[in-house]
Amino acid sequence: MEPNNRWFIGVTVLLALLLSVMPLPYQWLWFRPAFVALIVIFWINRMPQSLGVGFAWLVGLLEDFATGAVLGTHALALGALAYFCLLTYRRTRAFNPAQQLMWVFVLVGIHQVIGNWVHSLAGKPVPGLVFLWPALTSALLWPLVTPWLDRTAGRLQVR
Amino acid sequence: MLGLVAAALIVVNIYTDWLQPVRDRVASFVAPLYWLTDAPGRVGEWAGEQLRTREEIEEENSRLRRQVLLLEQRSQLLASVKAENTQLKELMNSAETVDERVLVAQIIGVSPDPLEHVLVIDKGRNHGIRLGTPIMDASGLLGQVIETGPSASRVLLITDPSHALPVQVLRNSVRAVAEGTGDLYRLKLRHVANTSDVREGDLLLSSGLGGRFPAGYPVGEIMSVERDPGKAFADVEVQPRGRMNRSRFVLAVMSEREDRGGTE
Repeated sequence: MEPNNRWFIGVTVLLALLLSVMPLPYQWLWFRPAFVALIVIFWINRMPQSLGVGFAWLVGLLEDFATGAVLGTHALALGALAYFCLLTYRRTRAFNPAQQLMWVFVLVGIHQVIGNWVHSLAGKPVPGLVFLWPALTSALLWPLVTPWLDRTAGRLQVR
Repeated sequence: MLGLVAAALIVVNIYTDWLQPVRDRVASFVAPLYWLTDAPGRVGEWAGEQLRTREEIEEENSRLRRQVLLLEQRSQLLASVKAENTQLKELMNSAETVDERVLVAQIIGVSPDPLEHVLVIDKGRNHGIRLGTPIMDASGLLGQVIETGPSASRVLLITDPSHALPVQVLRNSVRAVAEGTGDLYRLKLRHVANTSDVREGDLLLSSGLGGRFPAGYPVGEIMSVERDPGKAFADVEVQPRGRMNRSRFVLAVMSEREDRGGTE
């Protein structure tokens, strides 16, 4: 068997987890991109044959543990997100960068909506539309990060 | 299928506390994450310490010496007052006072969720921290421990919207309940009658009712009182004394008495 360098996926997931619990000034908390969601979108679009909803679900559970959220919140949100990615990856590969950016906005938006729904279920105060900020910042981050990830994954021949 | 499992997890997690043991177990793996993300800040602090000039340090040293002198004088005064107080209490046959032990902990993380005010500190069960241990800083109460791991725990701040604590006005011992608002610089008093005697600038202390927090620690200062005759209760806003956003070191107050619930 050839080496497939799957460890790189783990490294990126770990990095995303670190970034998502990194302390930020209180005023900036709403603008933190959904790093883990971005990483999951990236890997599922790159390797739709081998990674699926299960992968996203596990990563989501890890994120729940790391952030101290209600268990299952991110698992559910990322699972749904992975499902949409799997349905559409053939089309989204043909998207130009601007379309991709908007598509990421929609995906992370769905992720945020599910998170917000669990929040309100848990009896926390529901904010206004501010909960969509991470979707915007994530979409803007997408074209900056994916070329690097793509190149590194290509060089390491992650399969 | 996995979606169902996740939904079930969510429901179980929200409506029961069956998953608490799992969370406690995992907490020890999660703590290093927070510790790592905090590392740059610590390096910066360390560099700041190392790269100071001699004059600065000397100046600080003399300032601290003056402060120590002042505090020593005050604590001497306090010792005699304390002795007198216990004597008087003995005379009145009232309940014995509890001596409290204090542990210094460092904040290593903040909850990434903007909707909840939770800190992660670097002390846990191994250091004697329990669920409900009150946490404070030099100027006032900060919150209480809601999750403990072996060497890290999570602290719910009193400004979190799901938190409420019983307080008392220092001036005249009017009792009230201070609720978090989700704003780091604001608490609200619940159910304060329009006619009750609270004023702007009043200092609020924890009252010790409810048994979670020890009595007599400063909680906040009343910022504004709005009495609207059309409403049943006055709108009272409180500025917390503890520096929710800026403390680096906090104190965990460990009381010697084991259970403090019940009749208190």
